[in-house]
Amino acid sequence: MSAELRGVVLAHGELAGAMVAAAEEISGVHDALLPVSNSGCDRARLEERLSNAIAGRQALVFVDLPSGSCFIAAMRAIGSLGPDVRVVTGTNLSMLIDFLFHRTLSLDEAATRAGDMGVRAIGER
Amino acid sequence: MPLTLCRIDDRLIHGQVVLGWGAPLGVDLIVLVDEAVRDNAWEREIYRMAVPQGVEVEFLGADEAGSRLREWADGHRRVFVLTGDIATMERLVERGDGAITRINLGGVHRQPGRRERLRYLYLSEDEVDRLRKLAESGVHVTAQDVPTAMPVTLQALLG
Repeated sequence: MSAELRGVVLAHGELAGAMVAAAEEISGVHDALLPVSNSGCDRARLEERLSNAIAGRQALVFVDLPSGSCFIAAMRAIGSLGPDVRVVTGTNLSMLIDFLFHRTLSLDEAATRAGDMGVRAIGER
Repeated sequence: MPLTLCRIDDRLIHGQVVLGWGAPLGVDLIVLVDEAVRDNAWEREIYRMAVPQGVEVEFLGADEAGSRLREWADGHRRVFVLTGDIATMERLVERGDGAITRINLGGVHRQPGRRERLRYLYLSEDEVDRLRKLAESGVHVTAQDVPTAMPVTLQALLG
């Protein structure tokens, strides 16, 4: 079994903490996702928070919006950390919960799977 | 058409900028005035990805942008000028031939030497002096993070 990936949820305001709490409650898996909020941050501070959360591990960063300060910080992490970081945007609970049970995939596989799972969760009834 | 918005925000292009302000104002062009971004292809690409389709973006230094402010203010496009700090906006005002008449303080965050003025606005004494001088020169300076918030005048901000 390969080392488990780190999941980081990077989002505006209180959203990251709430999404992580909900994903943990539903899955029963704790301490595998780390929330990072952009509240009160300039760019440097937000990037520091993200870097601390990644902590040198291979990490999948879940970002709420495909634009904005969180997205920019995540993309800059790719710029500085290269292939050890992948970013998925449009975070939803389905992709987070699925990720919690697939953390031994390769980083590329996990990123692709998270994107697919997120899209599959969106529907109209 | 006067410049649509001249904003100081140390997060540069982000959600409040493109969704909060850019969309309701119908902005055609965002001018990001930041030399570090202008000089880095990866940074430019990241910020370009954060701008909605249909909105143009230019990455310029203060001197280049300053020399084009009058052209934008006299043109037909809705132009949003964005800097990451007060000193850069001050340079634009100096070079802009009167094109900048209003400044929006949208986000200047906590750093050593700055004091909290609003939840999203921390200012050093040097920055306070710069803002007072801008106001004395006739530029209308207000703080307002999002369009739905009440603007706070510089007088109310600094007392």
